[in-house]
Amino acid sequence: MSDTQNTHVTGYRFSILIWVDLLILTLLTIEVAQFDFQSLTVIVALVIATIKSYLVGTHFMHLKFENKFLKAVVIGVGVLFLAVLIVLFSDYLFY
Amino acid sequence: MTAIPQSGTYINFFEVKRGFMSWLVTADHKRIALLYFYAIMGFFIVAFGLGLVMRLELIAPGATILDPQTYNEVFTLHGVIMIFLFIIPGIPAIFGNFALPMLIGAPDVAFPKLNLISWYLYVLGGLLALSTLLFGDGPADTGWTFYAPYSVKTGTNVTVAVLAAFVLGFSSILTGLNFIVTMHQMRAPGMTWFKMPLFPWALYATAWIQVLATPIIGITLLMIVAERTLGLGLFDPALGGDPVLYQHLFWIYSHPAVYIMALPAMGIVSETIPVFVKKSIFGYKVIVYSSLAIAFIGYFVWGHHMFTSGMSGPARVIFSVLTFLVAIPSAIKVFNWVATLYKGAIDIKVPLLYALAFIFQFAIGGLTGLVVGALATDIHVHDTYFVVGHFHYVMFGGTGFAFFGALHFYYPKIWGRMYNLKWANIAFVIFFIGFNLVYFPMLVLGMMGMPRRYYDYLPEFTLPNLISTIGSWVLAIGLVIMLVNLINGRKGPKASTNPWQSVTLDWTHTQSPPTLYNFDETPQVERGPYDYRNYEQYLKEHNKN
Ligand code: HEM
Ligand SMILES: [Cu+2]
Repeated sequence: MSDTQNTHVTGYRFSILIWVDLLILTLLTIEVAQFDFQSLTVIVALVIATIKSYLVGTHFMHLKFENKFLKAVVIGVGVLFLAVLIVLFSDYLFY
Repeated sequence: MTAIPQSGTYINFFEVKRGFMSWLVTADHKRIALLYFYAIMGFFIVAFGLGLVMRLELIAPGATILDPQTYNEVFTLHGVIMIFLFIIPGIPAIFGNFALPMLIGAPDVAFPKLNLISWYLYVLGGLLALSTLLFGDGPADTGWTFYAPYSVKTGTNVTVAVLAAFVLGFSSILTGLNFIVTMHQMRAPGMTWFKMPLFPWALYATAWIQVLATPIIGITLLMIVAERTLGLGLFDPALGGDPVLYQHLFWIYSHPAVYIMALPAMGIVSETIPVFVKKSIFGYKVIVYSSLAIAFIGYFVWGHHMFTSGMSGPARVIFSVLTFLVAIPSAIKVFNWVATLYKGAIDIKVPLLYALAFIFQFAIGGLTGLVVGALATDIHVHDTYFVVGHFHYVMFGGTGFAFFGALHFYYPKIWGRMYNLKWANIAFVIFFIGFNLVYFPMLVLGMMGMPRRYYDYLPEFTLPNLISTIGSWVLAIGLVIMLVNLINGRKGPKASTNPWQSVTLDWTHTQSPPTLYNFDETPQVERGPYDYRNYEQYLKEHNKN
């Protein structure tokens, strides 16, 4: 890449910190799997996954430095995904 | 890169870069469109042949030319090719690639090489699909839907067929991504979003579906592969899985995919009608918004394919209501097209005929869609020939006709020649009659209770089946005449740059065939896309040569 204007270097230390956070959250996912939260099981798993994807998106995928439009696109897609899940669970919750 | 003279058209610029190789490594959007065209037509003709074979088997009760297993494989291959290799990529990959950059005043798409990669992925996926014929226990026999648990258990080549669809998905995603970026970044100066013609708008809505929905089928198909090779039990109740989950995942993509098929076709219709009516399209913004609304609501109706699969009651009601909602924006468009015709100077040329046939047949497809979208009536017609009739009216009567309309519309721009208009009309009439002869009896058969996906039927279903089979021959004759006429057209009279007298940039500011980067200089856009006031004066000033 020739244009260096837009590259934001945040340093290895910071990246490693985020990575450690991700590992901890992964362990957490595995640990909570032993408890039975009934109908909340999926929600618990998704909340942890959402935090993780937030970290990956903002830092590793540089969304932190992007313009409003791109952020809006990503949030919009997140909302769409959520809506699809809600509609999907209209089948599973009432079964 | 060596300098390329601006004078040559994109086709004969192979006077500079000649031969097969120059096509295989091209990054020009128009050449890539042509590469797609030949590949897609090839697959279409194969699948069309398979359709004829099925109709021949069904000419009378009892086995005629196929055994049951072969019949199952034939309708699966027919469905897979028609859906993933013809109707989904058809309009965007050929006419989108060809016309989109010109319609918005750009020299090419945003990522020309990515565009070429998409084509190679398409070819790879197509060859993978065909390869299932050659080894093992033959092509998949699951139907194009690959429903679990059967797709996990059958010994036929499901794994390869599914991987083919996976690869094709990538091709589709990359094309969508390319179009989104192109429209965001490369519109000519002055072309605001609401000065953009409606075909680009339709492609824009489509592209978002391609990018956002296709990954879901990708993952789902990989899950089938995982089931077959590793036996994870994702869809197997004995191991804690759920076969209905497969249906959910499959249709979360495949219903939006219906709009990947329909929206570009609607875009073509919106593009054609004003040109042959010489009148601004009625309700431009409403058409734009209804495209976006269709793309959005279309995400939430997938469950209407599963009313009889054992979904919960509330889910069934929700999906039925949403399905009825999505009918509204489609109906709005139909209203707008008809209103555009009203009091216009209608000039009935072939492309308009195809557009009108689209409206007629798509309306039948849509209205029969309401029958399968309502909970009570769906129970009667689910998995019968009514459904087969319904989706052929939408996909073939709608999108398929728009596809051939687009081919006749853009033909002079693509090849710089004109086909014989009289023979094109004759072919259209035969094609139209043939189509309705094939599929209308299917709607009747479905109401009578004939189930789909069987190689045989009870004697009381004989007459409509016979009519349908004879219709399939009429349809084939129409297709042959159309194609022969188009092939001969390559040697026909030279076409002017703007034979239909359109006012959009692709016709006014480019040659036929266009030059390598389309425009000699970047066009400045001042008028709306369908502004036909004083168009003769405008064309005199702006038309090339
Ligand atoms: C744009 C064109 C077409 C598309 C998109 C299309 C698509 C499809 C699809 C998706 C299926 C369902 C396959 C399955 O059940 O898994 C199907 C079935 C069928 N198609 Fe087509 N098709 C097209 C053209 C044709 C033509 C030209 C013919 C005949 C001349 C034809 C005859 C049939 C028949 C008879 C079946 C029903 C098989 C059965 O349920 O037993 N189709 N088509
Ligand atoms: Cu659907």
